[in-house]
Amino acid sequence: MIDDFIIRAGLAGLGVALAAAPLGCFVVWRRMAYFGDATSHAAILGVALALATDLPVFAGVLAVALAMALLITSLSERQVSSDALLGVLAHSALALGLVAVSLIDGIRVDLESYLFGEILAVSPADLVVIWTGAALVVALLLWRWQALLTATLSPDLATASGISPRREQLVLTLALALTVAVAIKVVGALLIAAMLVIPAATARPFSRTPEAMAAYAVAFGSIAALGGLAGAFALDTPAGPSIVTMAAALFALSAALSPLLRRS
Amino acid sequence: MTALIQTEGLTLAYGGHTVLHDVNIHINRGEIVTVVGPNGSGKSSLLRALIGAIRPVRGSVHRAAGLRIGYVPQALAIDTTLPLTVARFLNLPARVSRAEGMSALADAGVPELARRQLGALSGGQFQRVLLARALLHSPDILILDEATQGLDQPGAARFYRQIEAVRRARGCAVLMVSHDLHVVMAASDRVLCLNGHVCCEGTPQVVADAPEYRALFGTGTQGALALYRHDHDHSHHDHDHDHDHDHDHAGAHQ
Repeated sequence: MIDDFIIRAGLAGLGVALAAAPLGCFVVWRRMAYFGDATSHAAILGVALALATDLPVFAGVLAVALAMALLITSLSERQVSSDALLGVLAHSALALGLVAVSLIDGIRVDLESYLFGEILAVSPADLVVIWTGAALVVALLLWRWQALLTATLSPDLATASGISPRREQLVLTLALALTVAVAIKVVGALLIAAMLVIPAATARPFSRTPEAMAAYAVAFGSIAALGGLAGAFALDTPAGPSIVTMAAALFALSAALSPLLRRS
Repeated sequence: MTALIQTEGLTLAYGGHTVLHDVNIHINRGEIVTVVGPNGSGKSSLLRALIGAIRPVRGSVHRAAGLRIGYVPQALAIDTTLPLTVARFLNLPARVSRAEGMSALADAGVPELARRQLGALSGGQFQRVLLARALLHSPDILILDEATQGLDQPGAARFYRQIEAVRRARGCAVLMVSHDLHVVMAASDRVLCLNGHVCCEGTPQVVADAPEYRALFGTGTQGALALYRHDHDHSHHDHDHDHDHDHDHAGAHQ
């Protein structure tokens, strides 16, 4: 008989893969990888906020991730070179978050669980939050899909078709904050960005259309989540990093196969 | 007033630097209007303001109610991580039927490309696919920003013939920016000569004879070299923004 907590862990992993993989495609297409890093690292600051104010961790992380993502968006609109800026923000947010968590009195915080996730401790209530968040992200992406793709291709083409590239950027910003809030329990703040970028990059060589790439990314993300969990059990390794290791192995396989897949 | 697009006192600036000021132009239904002007004269900025991508610092842009614009940008860098077939591209942002897509590709002269990856096309094929996409949804006006960039001269000439054929078949207005003066002047109903403001405008003949135009482009319009022979009384080299092209500088600095 398989234990309930294993099933819950598997479902949590699948929920994160479902949201992170298609969003990760946009992160890859729009070269926002560092943007994902900065937003997910800010999640630790959100944990501190939640602990200090007795808010649920999900709400604290969502609020801070959203604030961070909006800050980066508005700063990068003004600055020509935002690469260094993103680096500064990503690491500052992480450091500040770690300091803030340690300053909170009276609570013994297991930092490691927020940095690397604690998927084996996912409760039924966590599952509801994860799947609701994931469903929201997927619904948001499906709703805006055509406009998001057009704006990704060219902001001017989008504008000429009556689409506001800024609004589409905000949609992605919101989806990213939601995904970070959903994924922190599963893979932790340090590795959320990996679940965005790696399945999408793995899917690229197999895909001829954006939709195919998103679908393959969901498949690879799901295999990584379940395979990584299985590996963590078999080898007694930490679950979050094991999931990302599995995703990286799939990527290596895809990269090795890609010369064979390249045609037309 | 039946103009499709009209500007009033349009003034555009990047980072506090004015690139275009007090532009009053109008584009009527069905006419071909070409914008010429030296490098950095504000041509691309004008077009981007007309589609709504740049907000004017002063003045305004009026688009006719329900105006459908088919826009062909100067260049489009497709990230190699984005898989996209030509057929899928034509469905962005609004879905079209297979027949509509094929007919637009045929009108643009590239019916055979539907299943190809966008990133694998040659420069000329790519520009024609962009044109095909712009033709969908029966546009009232096609706006082309140096659409022949990267094409050789015969390629550019073929592209302009395609534009003329499209205009004849569909009756849409065409507003284009070009460096290929000798080719586009002949095909245009009206020419706008731009250099930070509208220097002169009118039929190709009127503009070619205008002293303002001659001051910019010299007396001949037969060859591309005419572009490079202008006097330097207009300080347009200070206007350095992102639409500079190597071939202009190479000539202008001789």
